[in-house]
Amino acid sequence: MNIQCLHKLQLGLALCACLSGSLLNAAEVNVYSARKEGLIKPLLQKFEEQTGTPVNLITGKADTLLQRIISEGVHSPADVLITIDAGRLYRAQQANVLQPIESAVLTNSVPKQYRDPNGYWFGLSVRARPIMYDLNRVRPEDLSTYERLGHPVWQKKICIRSSDNIYNQSLVASMLAHLGKESTLAWAKGLVDNFARPPQGGDRDQIRAVAAGQCDVAVANSYYLGKMLASKDPAQREAAEKVRIFWPNQENRGVHVNISGGAVTRFSKNKAHAIALLEFLVSDAAQQWYAETNFEYPVKPAIPASEILSTWGKFKADSLNLHLLGELNAKAVMIMDHAKWK
Amino acid sequence: MNLGHDALVRPGLGQRSWQQKSNLGWLFCTACTTLLLSIPIITVLYSILLPRSEVWLHLRSTVLPDYILNSFVLAAGVCLGTCLLGITTAWLCSTCSFPGRRLFSWALLLPLAFPPYIIAYTYTGMLDFAGPVQTSIRNFFGWEYGDYWFPEIRSIGGAIVMISLVLYPYVYLLVRTAFSEQSASLREASHTLGTGVYKTFFTIILPLARPAIVAGLTLVVMETLADYGTVHYFSVPTFTTGIFRTWFGLGDRIAATQLASILLLCVFAVLLAERYSRKTVRYQNPTKTQKFRYYPLSTTKAILATGICCIPIFLGFIIPAFQLSIWAMHTASEMINMSFLVLIYNTVLLAVMVTMTVVIAATLLAYGKRVSTHFSIPYAVNLSATGYAVPGIIIAVGVLLPFAWLDNTLDTWLQQKFGISSGLILTGTLASLVFAHVVRFMAIGLNSVDASLAKIHRSIDDAAQLLGHKTFDRFASIHLPMIRSGIFTAALLVFVEVIKELPATLVLRPFDFNTLAVRTYELASDERLADAACSALLIVVISILPILVLNRSIAQAGVLHGSQA
Repeated sequence: MNIQCLHKLQLGLALCACLSGSLLNAAEVNVYSARKEGLIKPLLQKFEEQTGTPVNLITGKADTLLQRIISEGVHSPADVLITIDAGRLYRAQQANVLQPIESAVLTNSVPKQYRDPNGYWFGLSVRARPIMYDLNRVRPEDLSTYERLGHPVWQKKICIRSSDNIYNQSLVASMLAHLGKESTLAWAKGLVDNFARPPQGGDRDQIRAVAAGQCDVAVANSYYLGKMLASKDPAQREAAEKVRIFWPNQENRGVHVNISGGAVTRFSKNKAHAIALLEFLVSDAAQQWYAETNFEYPVKPAIPASEILSTWGKFKADSLNLHLLGELNAKAVMIMDHAKWK
Repeated sequence: MNLGHDALVRPGLGQRSWQQKSNLGWLFCTACTTLLLSIPIITVLYSILLPRSEVWLHLRSTVLPDYILNSFVLAAGVCLGTCLLGITTAWLCSTCSFPGRRLFSWALLLPLAFPPYIIAYTYTGMLDFAGPVQTSIRNFFGWEYGDYWFPEIRSIGGAIVMISLVLYPYVYLLVRTAFSEQSASLREASHTLGTGVYKTFFTIILPLARPAIVAGLTLVVMETLADYGTVHYFSVPTFTTGIFRTWFGLGDRIAATQLASILLLCVFAVLLAERYSRKTVRYQNPTKTQKFRYYPLSTTKAILATGICCIPIFLGFIIPAFQLSIWAMHTASEMINMSFLVLIYNTVLLAVMVTMTVVIAATLLAYGKRVSTHFSIPYAVNLSATGYAVPGIIIAVGVLLPFAWLDNTLDTWLQQKFGISSGLILTGTLASLVFAHVVRFMAIGLNSVDASLAKIHRSIDDAAQLLGHKTFDRFASIHLPMIRSGIFTAALLVFVEVIKELPATLVLRPFDFNTLAVRTYELASDERLADAACSALLIVVISILPILVLNRSIAQAGVLHGSQA
């Protein structure tokens, strides 16, 4: 290749660079979201309307999005990462792709236990994972704690989904944090012995199985029951009406909760807008939307839960610092492997 | 038959070097393409060299044996299932005369339009314990849980049935082609010698179709091993679910990639074993000399044949399509809007781009393999086609890592040299998404083109070469026109596969770029089967069209692919 040719090539590359560079620098917020499109897009659109800042979205599994941010490095277009559990935010923080932010709005809105102590991430909604039971076959007096579900009295009576699921991994991680390894393993083994069927399906499937009589109790996230009760499908409503919620561990640590949360990435090109978006997501209107549409608990204590949720009563939530769930996630999976929880 | 053909045309040393020179350009292109396509696969394989982590030891001592066993049982079960469905129906449609034969010969391809995960969602919705079928049974007989036995759909058995139902058309298509290409005189000679229909089938027809059966099964096994949607939904722990769990649950991407590379090595082993087992045997059919007469069937047998052909069509297409349509009718008014049209546009755009690239690359590679004299080229080409057995998500990682590295390196260089930043040119663009798909589906393209090239006798190449035609001339004027239908088949199969692909798209897509498969998955994995029905149904509808065209072109062209893959 002669020199002139080389120069031309360099010029071409430089032109490409300018083009792509200018595309990236426009004032817009790029969101990588583990929340499915249907549950985040409407809020993003409202943000666009209010602020005039365009928002671009990719959804996917949290770990693949995280991998993408890591690989993209300094040039990652991501400004905001949204996940559906605290563990993944912790993982992102560990991978050094988040930046701490200072925002009075966020700090004042989000209670301490639902945000990172150093401001790396903030909870946006709270999701509880209580016990659900069949209205006719189970007396709520017989239920007490998660631990008790490992007792042989519940043999062949429990439905819960696979250990691949992050909600179960977080639940076991919280047990690990409270009870330690030995007791958690013993509990997990007991629980597996009590399974009414091999783990399968999602949380709604567990609720349906309780309603259909395949098992007496299930462990599932509460908003699934809310969605079923509000469903247009009469079969779902009918099933959900046979099932009630029991808040376990109210005498001690409280029911296991997790958050969906957000963070600003380390190499965000639009930090100000990114923070504005997170602030918008904890605004009263957005919090209300979460509560009404997805039946999650608002992260802001002042916002009332939806009507259906209020009928389930108030509960004491586990105040465990949520970053521990991320820290213990791998250990939790190993315990589930040892307990042969499929 | 052209026995001894090898000895006649194997070039001598002098001829080889002369031949090599004339092919140099082509070989260079082949080598470059192979290298490019192998990058993701090599990235995955490279992980084997990395040190084993604590997670790896944990896997080995707890769940790895289960993963291996389940993957093996699944692959073996699906092979059995697809053979049973595919070969029986292929034989009936290509040799017997019974009512509806012509209709069946194309309708049997329809299940190919269903991605395995969608048929799994659909059947689960129907047959689950809490689903309408079992609920009706319980209500009718007044039974409760435990009072009766019902096959558990969400089990490894269920997964085998689901995957077999949608993958058998691969076997059917290739084997039917092979059967109808077989010379009638062989069969008639067999009958003249007093051998019955069944014995002829097992001793002559079936063994002669072995390359086609194996080619079909290879695709089936690779697709089965790479399947994630179905096994995940059914909670069957296999290699693929293990890969996800290791990465997402245990947070160890490297151990996950190591698992994937073991899976890859298994596939290599299968491919090599297959290659070795038929190394000594050459399959060439004598030219058709007479028109084949279909076996006439008695009324009972004809009814039976019709029934047998109906089973896979009903189970693999009509029933799930009917169920999806019912769901879709309930939700269509909500789900179909402008953004739905954008989904269709994106899906088709991606499929067209991938299809064109695969076809061009596959033709280049297949021909490069043919004209190459260096022993390494065929291996290299085959390596670049192993992506089909790798779960899409691992391919995605194999693309993401090197591309991002390239982008960042280029950027650093530009910064140092000119003080400007190029940002990310490849990562997060349609280009990397297309590339990942090309790597993933190269095998389909290559198999089809390769098979149709293999049917062109080498003596034709030699003759053209002796007449002074250069490599490219030979290709353009002789081979290309002859393998047109093979290329066409490749294009259609790849198109259908891309429409159905999910995991790689999820990871690599650009901002706000959704496809029908992504939408279906998001809704279905949220247990909103009815809402997912519209997009699922559309995937099926878009896939049907190429399948029908494919069948038509095969029926008309007579030049068929697959019998020598």
